[in-house]
Parts: sequence; C-alpha cells; structure tokens
Amino acid sequence: MGMQFGDVVFYRRVDKGIRDQFMRNAVRAAQERMRTSRLRAAEELGDWEEWRQLGEEIRRHTLEHLDFYLKQLSDRVHELGGHVFFAQTAEEATAYIRDVVQKRDAHRIVKSKSMVTEEIGLNTALEAIGCRVVETDLGEYILQVDDNDPPSHIVGPSIHKDRERIRQVFAEKLGYTGSAAPEEMTAFVRQQLRPDFLTAEVGITGCNFAVAESGTVCLVTNEGNGRLVTSLPPVHIAVMGMERIVPTWEELEVMVGLLCRSAVGQKLTSYINCLTGPRAAGEVDGPEEFHLVIIDNGRSDILGTEFQSVLQCIRCGACLNVCPVYRHIGGQAYGSIYSGPIGAVLSPLLGDEELYRELPYASSLCAACTEACPVKIPLHELLIQHRQKTAEKERQSPLGERLAMKAFGMVFESPRLYRWGTKLARTALRPWEEDGVIRQGPGPLQPWTSIRDLPSPKRETFREWFENRRKRGEQP
Amino acid sequence: MKVSLFITCLADVFYPEVGRATVELLERLGCEVDFPVAQTCCGQPAFNSGFHREAKKAARHMIETFAHADYVVAPSGSCTAMLKEYVHLFSEEDEREWQEKARALAEKGYELTQFLVEILRVEDVDATLPVKATYHRSCHMTRLLGVKDAPMKLLSNVKGLSLTELPCAHDCCGFGGTFSVKMAPISQQMADEKVSHIKETNAEVLIGADCGCLMHLDGRIRRQGKPIRVMHIAQVLQSGLEQEGR
Ligand code: SF4
Repeated sequence: MGMQFGDVVFYRRVDKGIRDQFMRNAVRAAQERMRTSRLRAAEELGDWEEWRQLGEEIRRHTLEHLDFYLKQLSDRVHELGGHVFFAQTAEEATAYIRDVVQKRDAHRIVKSKSMVTEEIGLNTALEAIGCRVVETDLGEYILQVDDNDPPSHIVGPSIHKDRERIRQVFAEKLGYTGSAAPEEMTAFVRQQLRPDFLTAEVGITGCNFAVAESGTVCLVTNEGNGRLVTSLPPVHIAVMGMERIVPTWEELEVMVGLLCRSAVGQKLTSYINCLTGPRAAGEVDGPEEFHLVIIDNGRSDILGTEFQSVLQCIRCGACLNVCPVYRHIGGQAYGSIYSGPIGAVLSPLLGDEELYRELPYASSLCAACTEACPVKIPLHELLIQHRQKTAEKERQSPLGERLAMKAFGMVFESPRLYRWGTKLARTALRPWEEDGVIRQGPGPLQPWTSIRDLPSPKRETFREWFENRRKRGEQP
Repeated sequence: MKVSLFITCLADVFYPEVGRATVELLERLGCEVDFPVAQTCCGQPAFNSGFHREAKKAARHMIETFAHADYVVAPSGSCTAMLKEYVHLFSEEDEREWQEKARALAEKGYELTQFLVEILRVEDVDATLPVKATYHRSCHMTRLLGVKDAPMKLLSNVKGLSLTELPCAHDCCGFGGTFSVKMAPISQQMADEKVSHIKETNAEVLIGADCGCLMHLDGRIRRQGKPIRVMHIAQVLQSGLEQEGR
C-alpha cells in the first residue's frame, strides 16, 4: 500500500470523516479509554515529568550519535551471524527483502508489528512475486481481511471499527458464525492463523527498539504472536526505521516502560520479545537465518534540521489519543499511515510534501499532543515550523494569505494604520449588523460567519474609551 | 504599583468592556494603570500561520512599545504566551540584541489573573456575581503559559458564584486563531462538543480568560440559539463593583 493511501483531497476526506458518526463514536470511546489508562499509569510511576525528561534525553542522545550506534548495532548483528542491510529508499528495502525471500524460494510469509513495512509498501511488493503475506496482529489482520482497509491509528490500526463491525467483516469474508465477544473472535482468528504460522517460510517483523550494544531487536506486543513469527519460520527479517535504536539494555528498560504506559496505559505489555541473533548451536529455538533491514527512506534528511526531534518518536500513539481534531475527522482523513499530530508532522517529511501540505494546518495548536508525548517532541511547534516552510514558499506567489499577511505586517507595525483599520472595519461592517452581531459577513468574514455569529465591532474601541476617559478627567 | 496594559486587538475592537473591567479592577486594587497607545497586536495570527517575518515586525513593535514598563499585563493567556514566544522568534546570530530585549519583555509579561495572584498576591477581589457558571480553561493559557490555578483561586472567592466543573475541560474549544476559519468544519465540530459539555453543567454563564475562545464559543452558542451568557474573567472579577472602581 505504501505510506500514502487514497488520492482524494484533504478537505473531502475531512468531510467524509466528520460525516461518519459511527467511526467518530468508536474513536471517541477508544481515545477516552486509552487516555485515562495512560494518566493512571503515569501517576503510578510517580514523577512522570522526570521520566519524560529522561526519555527525551535518551532519544536525543541517540540521534546525536546515530552513526556510532548504527555501526555498533550492525557490527554486533554481524558478529552474531545475522545479516544487516542499510536501505536508502523504500525500493532498495523491498528489493532486498524480495531477494531474501526468493533465494529461499519462499511463498508463505507471516508478519507482525510493523509500521515501517507499511511505509515501504512491502506487502504489495511481496504479493507481486507470488507470496501470500499474512498479518498476524489482530488489528492488522482485521484490516487485511477487510479488503486492505487503511489503518487509522498507529497503535490500534482498526480503532475505527467496533466489535460488531469486526464480527460483520469476519462473517462476510471468512464465514464466521460466532458472536461479537472479543474472546470468541480472538479464538477464531487464532484458529485461522495457526496453519499460517506452521507453514510460513519467512517471518517478518518490525522493531520497536534495537539495542546497539548487544545487537538485540526488541518487539513489544500484546498478543504473543510476535514470538511465533520470530521463532517458527526458518527465516526472520526484522525491518526498522534507522532511528529506532537505544544504546544499551538500561535505556531500553526506560523506553519500553514509557512506550507501554503511553500507548495503552500498562506498566508493561504482555509480551516483550528480545531477539539477539539467529539460532546458535545448542539453542532450541530462533530462526536459522536472521536479517536486519535498517531503513532510511528520508530520515537522514531530517537529521540536523529543525525537525530532528520528530525522530525521537517511539510510535506510542499518545498524541493521537488526546487530539480533538483526530477525534472528529478520524485517522483515515490524514491519508497517510501516520495519522494524528505525529502524522501531520511526519507525513510531509517522509512522504510527498505537496500531497500532505494541508495537514499542518489541521490543528488548533492546543498543544495537548505536546503535553502527552513521552519523549517531549514539541509537536505543535513543529506544525508551526511546517507552516513557516509553506509560507516561505508562498512568498514566491503574490496571492491570498501572503498578501493578507503582508498587510498584517504593515498594520501591526504602525499604530496609525492599526487605528485607521479598526475604525474602517467598524464603519464598513455596519450594514451587516443586526442586534449587535453579524450573522452573514461579507467576503473575508464568510468562513467565520458560516458557522458562528460575529460580535459587531463596538462604537467605542477600548483605546478610544481610555483616551476619552482621560479627557473627561475620570482617571484617578 | 505601575502596570502597563496590553489590551489585545480582539478586546480593543470587539470587547472593549473587557479592557474597561481590567482597568477598573487593577485601579481598585491600587495599581496605577498605563496604556501605551502605540500598541497594536502581539503578532500571533502571523506567527501561527508561519509568517514569521511579519510576526517579527509585530514583535519588534511590541517590544519597543513596552520597553519602559515595569509590568505588562494582558487579559489574555494566549497573547501573553505569545509575548514569551518572541524570545524564540529572534534566534539568528545577528538577532542577539532583539532576543535580549524580548527576554526582558517576557520576564515582565503576565496574564491578568496570574498577575493578581502571583504579584499582587490577592485571591479575593471582593466581587459578587450570583449565577451558576462554568469555566473554560483555554489551551494556551494552561498549557503554553502554565497558568492553571490562578483563575480558580480568584473565582472561588467571588460571592454568590456557583461554579461547576466543565466535563472534558482539557479539550480544546476549536478556536485556534486562523484554524477557526481555515478549517471551519473541524472547528465547528470541536465547538459543538464543547458547547454540549457546557450545557451539561446547566451553567447560565460561561467564563473564560481569552477573548478568542470566548468569541468563538459565544458565536456558536448564539448561532445555536442557546441561552448561555459569555463573560471574560475580568468582568466577573469586577462584578458588583463597577461603580466603586471609578
Ligand atoms: S510523537 Fe510522541 S506521543 Fe506521538 S506517537 Fe510519537 S512518541 Fe508517541
């Protein structure tokens, strides 16, 4: 599928999102649940601010020494008998993985936990060479079964469907006859997946964190399927964004704690798999062959820019769970596998800038995301940075907002122009006034008054009152 | 104590009564109030739209306008937060001098309730307003400026005021400056959600500390024909005392 889905313009997707009352209710319920448990989990930890501080320092330090840690990681994986491939682009990554699969003459693939493989469109690439690729995380599985419905949340990709909708999908596509009880449906999926696990020749996973010092790949899951994907098939390919790295186990512990608490409000998730190299002599499980694919795909271009902090992201989804804009338009309106506040910052950087240019404006800059982020990414500030970049570009064209802002600059630098402007507004708007408000404003006021009344400017501005008061000698 | 007022452009044009209440309140509490007439706007619309060159123009102008002030007080959490943002706005090598000046302004800039509680050290201003009300905590005031408790302390001492907590108080009302017009459909959904929470409290009056959020919510409340009055906290704190202030 790739990072981008759909080709409808943003405004139309927003409209569709807003009209989908079903999706909005499902998202609201999930947001409420996740936000509350996150706050409880943070409280239990005590001194949440200090933990965030530590999380941020670790992530920032790693990014500042990324070269060093990447080399250390790759050296370690080599020493352990694994293969490492650095992919500059999505194409390079998919080509390498296709190659590994073809060399084994493999056709059955199971997958778990990976946004980055979505980002590079891996499934499509593998299906094109005749492989059957099965998603084994419940959320991703549901989407795959539902004709590859796009994901709408980075932690709960099928958050926009409730139980009943999921039951319908299973009934329609897989002939499921049971109830909408989560336990029953999960048991059903487990049945469906069992043969896939047992026959798969290659297992592909993402990587929540890689420990540079030990060459370990760490997967955080809630379902336990990650363990099956990495140990049953003879080949394991782990795919990671180049920034998902921590120096040692010590930092890993902090980051995993922050991730679990921020994502779902648990102290730890049910399963944390740490895999260090392929199966060694005498070991009973683990793959015979291990590949680590480290993906750049635009990330190194972000390093050293004003957007660098976005690479601190640990994909916990906390920013989505507190975002009111996300709640009302839903994840699919973002048109990218990365939705919500982090998606609005990340998508224009990793994807087609033009395509995602509206996303940074889809924020009221309320900063709820910044407040929630466990690694202190100043998300709302980065949205403003994006707007600044767009504004700089628009300087080339003498239109619309640029002109308005130019006038703005002039007016707000000059008290005389300002005073004249406010007087003018007052007089000019008089014909539209009705009982102290403007219900249908002309021209530039139209977007405001399309949904709200506007108070009409008062006969006496504050500054006039203040001056008159002084003249009247009322000032003490 | 001498206080220099920063009356935001929204208050100047649309809500002069908020400015008046601010002046009367501060004078009643013994402050000498000065209003530098050269002031215009904090530059937030340009800054948040990414037009930083224009925002800098506004910033320089404001910095100079308030250079003489001991304290700069504004009846707006959002615009006060913007004053503090100037420091980051001048981040280039050759802007050191302006950055220093910006820092000086940031250090003496206060939102009204913050000034009352932290500097004047008053929590009871002797106001009376016998209504059922709820308070909208605006995002920039609470999250960016970090002023959370001051309004609550002051409101809890207003005689007759019965204040009910607003459900989901942490959610944005959907104003967001240019967002409110650029993304009007989303803004509308956010406002409607907020208004329905306000209705749940059965409040007759909605109190807030930012004219932007209030203008947006009031506009939406009126459009829906709901009988809820909107008041700025400065007006609430001056209630029952309007005459004495003169
Ligand atoms: S930006 Fe922060 S809150 Fe959002 S997903 Fe990334 S780490 Fe989590």
